[in-house]
Amino acid sequence: MPEPQPAPGTAPAPTSTPGDAPADLPVDAPFVEAAGLTRQWNGAGGVADVSLAIPRGGFVSILGPSGCGKSTLLRLLAGLETPQAGSIRIDGRDMTHAPAAARGLSMVFQSYALFPHLSVAENILFGMRVRRAPRAERAARLAEAVAMLGLEGLERRRPAELSGGQRQRVALARAVVSGHPLCLMDEPLSNLDAKLRHSVRRDIKALQRRLGLTVVYVTHDQTEAMSLSDIVVLMRAGRVEQIAPPAALYAAPVSIFAAEFVGEPPMAMVQGAALGMPGRVVGIRPEKLRLAAPGAGDLTGRVVDVEFLGAGSRVVIEHAAARGLVASVAGAAGLAPGTEIGLCLPEDDRVLFDALTGRAERGPQQDRGAQDRQTGPRDGRKAPSPQPPEPQQSNL
Amino acid sequence: MADAFTLQRRRRAIHGWLLLAPSLVMLTAFAFYPSAATLWASLFSRGTRRRPAEFIGLENYGRLFDDPTFWLVATNNLLYAGVTIPLSIALALVMALWADARIPARSFVRTAYFTPTVLPMIAAANLWLFFYTPGFGVLDRIGGLFGAASVNWLGQPETALWAVSAVTVWKEAGFFMIFYLAALQTIPPDLREAAAIEGAGRWTYTRRVVLPLLMPTTLFILVNAMINSVKLIDHLFILTRGGPSDASKLILYYVWENAFAFFDRPAAAAMTVLVLAGLGTLAALQFLVIDRRTHYR
Ligand SMILES: Nc1ncnc2c1ncn2[C@@H]1O[C@H](COP(=O)(O)OP(=O)(O)OP(=O)(O)O)[C@@H](O)[C@H]1O
Ligand SMILES: [Mg+2]
Repeated sequence: MPEPQPAPGTAPAPTSTPGDAPADLPVDAPFVEAAGLTRQWNGAGGVADVSLAIPRGGFVSILGPSGCGKSTLLRLLAGLETPQAGSIRIDGRDMTHAPAAARGLSMVFQSYALFPHLSVAENILFGMRVRRAPRAERAARLAEAVAMLGLEGLERRRPAELSGGQRQRVALARAVVSGHPLCLMDEPLSNLDAKLRHSVRRDIKALQRRLGLTVVYVTHDQTEAMSLSDIVVLMRAGRVEQIAPPAALYAAPVSIFAAEFVGEPPMAMVQGAALGMPGRVVGIRPEKLRLAAPGAGDLTGRVVDVEFLGAGSRVVIEHAAARGLVASVAGAAGLAPGTEIGLCLPEDDRVLFDALTGRAERGPQQDRGAQDRQTGPRDGRKAPSPQPPEPQQSNL
Repeated sequence: MADAFTLQRRRRAIHGWLLLAPSLVMLTAFAFYPSAATLWASLFSRGTRRRPAEFIGLENYGRLFDDPTFWLVATNNLLYAGVTIPLSIALALVMALWADARIPARSFVRTAYFTPTVLPMIAAANLWLFFYTPGFGVLDRIGGLFGAASVNWLGQPETALWAVSAVTVWKEAGFFMIFYLAALQTIPPDLREAAAIEGAGRWTYTRRVVLPLLMPTTLFILVNAMINSVKLIDHLFILTRGGPSDASKLILYYVWENAFAFFDRPAAAAMTVLVLAGLGTLAALQFLVIDRRTHYR
């Protein structure tokens, strides 16, 4: 699995690109907008004060550990749960208290929620039958959806007679056949094995591109979120931790939590005192960590393990003042466990956090992430910039 | 080698038969043998002290078909079944759907619905006797409030059968509701949400999703209700004793009368055989025909 790298092409455009329309014009208005959404049970769980904006045609992942409120947020957007506070606008209209059916969206459930007594075709067409769509239209849309998702020949089967991946695709077909521009997905791949997960993931992305769908995708798998989405909404204990495009989330996490949640392996954390920066925690991504002769680098650690991955290796290193120290190196590392080794943390690649609050400190390189958080999500694909992101100063 | 293999097989066979034995013994003693004995007895004449019973073939059946009371009783039982089966099932379904919804005091509602099932049929009949008694019965009292004349529900041929049917429906609906409730609980809640997102209202969801998914349960309940429509006659002993003028007499009650009041055992046996045959055919039909069209997971 290749790591999501902060590639220049995917970096978000600066806020004030000349071509940008003013924010109040409907062209640029977010397709889905939630403000201050709160839904809790006896003051606990659920989500509290969540705001986010989703652009039309965007692929947004809601990422976070188990129980952080991802499903609750999705169900609020879907209208399956009523917020205690806050509002939801979809396509410019207030949908806070609208019933699910009136919101013009489709949903793929974690359990697929296929009707067990109906055939694949009847499952896919359930909504159209409810809406009494004409027979000819139903047949045409069914044929289209079945072809799109490769379900030919399975139309008459019951869900129980399908494999997990096929059921998944039926659920997707049911969602796309409705023709709604917004599709919500709650961990749609969690019941599939690793291999199938990869292929269905690509199917979902291709489908979203092809139909121009706006997708809100819940997952607890950071690789999934990073590889699929334009924008990641990272959640923690019912609140939004950070909203950013994957590259920005990777390069400039706003907190230790975000830094350690994203990336495989995640960012290593070194206590600042060991690097002459007391009161801080220094984060470093594995691919930025350089190995050196013992005593030569910023730190001297001990090799615990070397994992050979083919193209490269991961060197797991132990140091008293650090956790999660891993260096990605090319080829076989040729290091024996137990060896002392020097570590260089290049100044430019360090991410600094306040040791007390766990929040990132604003270094030059972190402005980008902080900016994304303030201005709300932006669609990175809309304004691809061929140049590497410019430093903040040149914008002023 | 072969010997060891045969031995092994024999041991397994013995093991299997041993496991089967208890139910086999019980079923033989209380179901198979009585059925066979009844069939056998229905082919003999009624023995008296002077004339011992002799084999008379199907003569008992012929006598039965010539008996107008038998036809009346059979018609009564058909009407009784035709009313109690659909009514109790429909009522059970409605109550289950209601008790499954998010309503206040849900467990109280469920318990209340289930209570009639816990009562013995005799007790239930006594309770209803109070309802039905002309003059000071509950029904008459309520009717009296609205100025209605007193009705002797159990004492007139036009109403007796329906009054008896009402007790059966009241008694059975709560029992069937439990099965429906259990089945409703196995329907995953996200089906309702998926249907809601597709724009299905409450009624559409019930009709297109819930009812089909309840079909296996309905089939099971249907078989039970059918058997009960023949079997459940305890309340007749308390309420009407089959009267007035046989208006509320059911087959099993008539069988009992023949066997233990008129001491016409062969006639009772012949009727029992007919009932068994009828019920067996119906059950087989249900399981073969409807089963194929219902959805099982
Ligand atoms: N109906 C409910 N009643 C009470 N608490 C609830 C309810 N639904 C969710 N919660 C609580 O709200 C919190 C968030 O739940 P939610 O289902 O949104 O988590 P999640 O992020 O989807 O987790 P997972 O990844 O495990 O699915 C949890 O602590 C959960 O216990
Ligand atoms: Mg969830």
